[in-house]
Amino acid sequence: MNKLMSILIGAALLTFAASCGSGGDSDKSKPGIKKIEPAKPEMSERMVKSVDVPETIDEAMVEEGKTIYEANCTACHKIEKRFVGPALAGIADRREHTWIMNMILDPEFMVKNDEIARNLLMEFSAPMANQNLSKDEARKILEYFRTL
Amino acid sequence: MRKSIFLFTVLATISLVFIRCGNGSQTQNNSSGALSGDLAERVYVAPGEHDEYYAFISGGFSGQLAVHGLPSGRLFKVIPVFSQDAEKAYGYNEETKPLLETSYGFVPWDDAHHPDLSQTNGVIDGRWCFINANNTPRIARVDLKTFETTEIIEIPNTAGNHSSSYVTDNTEYVVAGTRFGVPVPQRDMPISEYKGNFKGALSFIKVDPESGHMNLEFQVLTPGFDYDKAHPGRGKSHGWFFFTTYNSEEANTLLEVNASQNDKDFIAAVNWKKAEEYIAQGKFKTMPTDYRHNVYSEETHSATSTKKTEVKVLDPAECPGLVYFLPTPKSPHGCDVDPTGEYIVGSGKLSANVTVHSFDKMLDAIENEKFDGEAYGIPILNFEDVLAGSVVQPGLGPLHTEFDGEGNAYTTFFISSEVVKWKLGTWEVLDRKPTYYSVGHLMIPGGNSQKPFGKYLVAMNKITKDRYLPTGPELCQSAQLYDITGDKMVMLSDFPTVGEPHYAAGCPADLIKPNQTKIYELEKNKHPYATLKESDARVERDGNEVHIYMTMIRSHFAPDNIEGIKEGDKVYFHVTNLEQDYDVPHGISMIGANTSELLIMPGQTETFIWNPKKQGVWPFYCTDFCSALHQEMQGYVRVSPANSNVPLSWSLDGE
Repeated sequence: MNKLMSILIGAALLTFAASCGSGGDSDKSKPGIKKIEPAKPEMSERMVKSVDVPETIDEAMVEEGKTIYEANCTACHKIEKRFVGPALAGIADRREHTWIMNMILDPEFMVKNDEIARNLLMEFSAPMANQNLSKDEARKILEYFRTL
Repeated sequence: MRKSIFLFTVLATISLVFIRCGNGSQTQNNSSGALSGDLAERVYVAPGEHDEYYAFISGGFSGQLAVHGLPSGRLFKVIPVFSQDAEKAYGYNEETKPLLETSYGFVPWDDAHHPDLSQTNGVIDGRWCFINANNTPRIARVDLKTFETTEIIEIPNTAGNHSSSYVTDNTEYVVAGTRFGVPVPQRDMPISEYKGNFKGALSFIKVDPESGHMNLEFQVLTPGFDYDKAHPGRGKSHGWFFFTTYNSEEANTLLEVNASQNDKDFIAAVNWKKAEEYIAQGKFKTMPTDYRHNVYSEETHSATSTKKTEVKVLDPAECPGLVYFLPTPKSPHGCDVDPTGEYIVGSGKLSANVTVHSFDKMLDAIENEKFDGEAYGIPILNFEDVLAGSVVQPGLGPLHTEFDGEGNAYTTFFISSEVVKWKLGTWEVLDRKPTYYSVGHLMIPGGNSQKPFGKYLVAMNKITKDRYLPTGPELCQSAQLYDITGDKMVMLSDFPTVGEPHYAAGCPADLIKPNQTKIYELEKNKHPYATLKESDARVERDGNEVHIYMTMIRSHFAPDNIEGIKEGDKVYFHVTNLEQDYDVPHGISMIGANTSELLIMPGQTETFIWNPKKQGVWPFYCTDFCSALHQEMQGYVRVSPANSNVPLSWSLDGE
């Protein structure tokens, strides 16, 4: 009896969590709009809840971001061409800014908990490698991605 | 007749009572702490949980160092030290080959004996583990941030590097003593002229307190006895080093008889602070010699081997106060100093007793010149004047002693296969427990330092006979774990070891766990052949040498198609793992390569050489299961005839 109850409660919670997750995805953040994400039911310590993205692109950050990207990401990503992972042109318009950073910061968590990430894994088969970048480094890559 | 029946009945009754009593007390013992269920709980570490202690157990003739957890006994890693290890490419890849260089050339094997952990103020600090090679004399330093061998120094003028590698209270020195007397310097001479002509070198290797780098500071050239085991003074005896000797007879043949003639051999007490003074005063001779010093750099991921050509030597006959001999019965083996530094335990392996000398009495005997002759200019102290006491007939064949920090000593007995607990100062035997079988060393975590951590004792056995499932004629050696928290020792478990466990060192895991290196940062990779991003991957030809600058990441190599390689080429694969995530190594192996695989940690670069011998298209692949697409991690090299015009080219996905 007790067991049944806890299964039911668990299932209810799961449904809630799943709907929360997909709800967040349809919302796209735009440059210049400061946006506070609703807290996800679960989030790892590596990830960010929100990111401040001013409208003007910071060229110095772009340069640093490009260098970090080339050292850590180009083994699997190209800009214009699908490679091991997806082509990255236009990604800053395609995905939320926090999603991009969190995919860099904790891909294991994302493929387990985020629907878009999971669908991408289904499509590309190769799980994205965690390159242990800092939040600051991920933010700089994001700035570079905004120029693509 | 009646009388004898009566007697028999009485005797039988008595013995029955006795046996029952015996059983009874055993059962009582069991229920008070040795119920099998209870015992299992005390060594059980639940899945996902960590052991409380690390144990570093020497691999003996395997040449390696095994890392176990206590109390579970689980084996985590075999650290390659003195022997090549194809699993990890140690001694096979170009980066680690120089670590095994010696003055005799490349030596791919040794006999690893006595691990000892670095200390600060007489307490284990968990930074480095030192271990000696007995056969081709060397001392290695294992860095406990990476659990890799990062330095090996060869010891000249030495043979059978056995009274090694013990560290002083502040890791000022790691010491290496010779077990075999040899001509110093080595020369062509009749063996029968051993006596008086052969020498025994005791080497003091200075350890840099920051980097851990070793330097052979000086050697004390003592008479040609066999220096068997050693122990630094602790606490008040800090500044001294003690070495047991046998073969003070200086026999050169049938030693099992001829080296057992004297009633007493010696413990040599060396005042290394005095030695430092003599060195500072310039009272040393600089002797030409030949040895190698090999250092691994974490920046270049490569080792270099440097030839050394001289050593500073002190002659005790010319340096008063440097060395004294303490007479010790019957070929003493173990030489152990208690945590206070007062007691020096010498276990005469042919003696019925365990002899204990007093450091205070030794100082007094030296001051008052209570000498009983001299040997080659070295004063022999009067036995009675340095003796603190003896543990009388505790067992057969005493070998080694460790301490629990609560005034108790634990000695192993090889012949009677047991560990005996006795009290320092009163010398009374408190407990004894069997080992299975023929125990050599024992280890209590921190049990040779000023601060033993107590709790467990590990006895290491030479022979296991019927203890495990048989594996043909060659059987494993073993370690046995005892709980020493109570008055009586309780055997908890036994587990097989890698090779022959001579000595071991142990400490709480918390001293080592927080300092672990998880990845090598690509930014800091200074390997001369590193490829730090995939766009730099390339192939270069220089005559018949071809250098492949390759990268690996889950789950592909770049490049993965290479053409223009010719028969007779010497092909270097310089492979960099671009991963920056914990626990994601990749491997690589090439069909027909006359060497091992490479196993490359995240951010690391390693190199192997391949000599293509046959025309064709030859695959290479990742050997360490790295991801769901591990099976896809592969590539091809096209090998053409030596005179072919196929241009050198490389690609990944057609680019």
